[in-house]
Amino acid sequence: MVNVKHLFKKYGPQTVVEGVSVQVEPGKITTFIGPNGAGKSTLMSMVSRLITRDSGEVLVDNRDVAETSSKELAKKVSILKQSNYMNVRLTVKELVCFGRFPYSQGKLKEEDWKYVHDAIQYMELEDMQEKFLDQLSGGQRQRAFIAMVIAQDTDYILLDEPLNNLDMKHSVQIMKVLRQLVDDLGKTVVLVIHDINFASCYSDYIVAMKDGRIVKEGSTDEIINREVLRDIYELDMTIQHINHQKICVYF
Amino acid sequence: MLAIGLTGAAIAFSTIVFQTLTNNRILTPSIIGLDSLYMLTQTAIIFLYGSDTLSITNKNVNFLLSIGMMKMFAFLLYHFLFRGEGRNLYFLLLIGLVFGTFFESISSFMQMLIDPNEFLIVQDRMFASFNNVQTELPLLSTAGISLSVLYFLRFARYLDVLALGKEHAVNLGVPYDYVVKRLLLIVVVFISISTALVGPITFLGLLVANVAYEFMKTFRHKPLITAAVLISIIALIGGQVLVERVFTFSTTLSVIVNFVGGVYFIYLLLKENKSW
Repeated sequence: MVNVKHLFKKYGPQTVVEGVSVQVEPGKITTFIGPNGAGKSTLMSMVSRLITRDSGEVLVDNRDVAETSSKELAKKVSILKQSNYMNVRLTVKELVCFGRFPYSQGKLKEEDWKYVHDAIQYMELEDMQEKFLDQLSGGQRQRAFIAMVIAQDTDYILLDEPLNNLDMKHSVQIMKVLRQLVDDLGKTVVLVIHDINFASCYSDYIVAMKDGRIVKEGSTDEIINREVLRDIYELDMTIQHINHQKICVYF
Repeated sequence: MLAIGLTGAAIAFSTIVFQTLTNNRILTPSIIGLDSLYMLTQTAIIFLYGSDTLSITNKNVNFLLSIGMMKMFAFLLYHFLFRGEGRNLYFLLLIGLVFGTFFESISSFMQMLIDPNEFLIVQDRMFASFNNVQTELPLLSTAGISLSVLYFLRFARYLDVLALGKEHAVNLGVPYDYVVKRLLLIVVVFISISTALVGPITFLGLLVANVAYEFMKTFRHKPLITAAVLISIIALIGGQVLVERVFTFSTTLSVIVNFVGGVYFIYLLLKENKSW
């Protein structure tokens, strides 16, 4: 379980995350929604120790991330940020191999290769595993990065806007894979998503943030609600039931 | 020969490590301002004590003094920067750049004031040259470099991951701040030894690092660093042969290196420009 307690973060005079406390249940997809600048990405970065917090606590399986060694934590939590620009030219396979670094420290053993091949297979990247990342389309590249995270084999997978810049087909494909990761492999997935309908259709639990605070959290059914969403986005939405799923119309 | 090998290896190595840390292939470690500090030390000694003082005549003393100054500066820079967290690497580079310019200005100010004859001696030190390296110095430097290489081996495995950028490196369990600090320290040791040995020549690093990237076409640092070290030594020996045989000592090595490096740098910029 990821347990966040009274987390604060300031950038200069501006408080970005203001006393956030939240628990992420294992074995579920938890989605953070909210307008731009609500502090979702900052929160994710603090949970995965990419940035330091000003005060508060982040416990992963009851151990504080600030006091856990980086190497140990890399076997428990992985994070993928929205922009994945890289300075080096890598093939898909080489990238996925990096996912084993916490275990192998660069020297891959037979077991590590098994994880690499499985991850590539899982993301259906066999055909392009020798291709360089800059030769791939946005969707393929995103799949390659997710394959790296799968090879890292962590209990918790944090993804910051994994659907950024992807078309509908690739978005759905990624979300289905994440759903499988949770349902088949028992992973815990935490997402930041802007498309409210993707959040509605694929997540188990939704946390809504605004101005650095959590305004509302609950099961998907509770949050995808006209009044709640109006509070969060200041936008009037119609919510329709289509094929047992709640779809928000806000155009 | 030993001096050439040492300098070549140190420059190539530190440039590649530095470029990996900064994720930037057109930076050289000279941006931290160590070269300028070396020049300032040399100028200041001559300015204050004249050219016939002990420290200029005795190379060992001068060598240790220069290294000492550079280490002290780097140490202070790190100390103040890494004390508060959240300061990033680029901030350190910026401060280094500002200090470098500052040192340079003081040097040229002193150079204006000193006796023209003494200025000639300063000028002689402004350009890297192997012509007057003495035999005791390489021994001292070899010891320094070997120790740093031993220390470096502990961090060698992190380099490939660091090249992916900070966020990926942290995600993959690299203790980022700790490793970057140590690696920068090693870079500083290498640069200060090679600068004190032959003079400011870090530009060479840019040249050989990029030739190595082009040549090896890999992201792995083991072959990259090996290639860069070899290319660097070859370039230095080639340059030195040119200096001795073609120009018959009428120019110094760093003039040639800077000329070739400059041309290559412009080529790099044009090429990058085209690919946009």
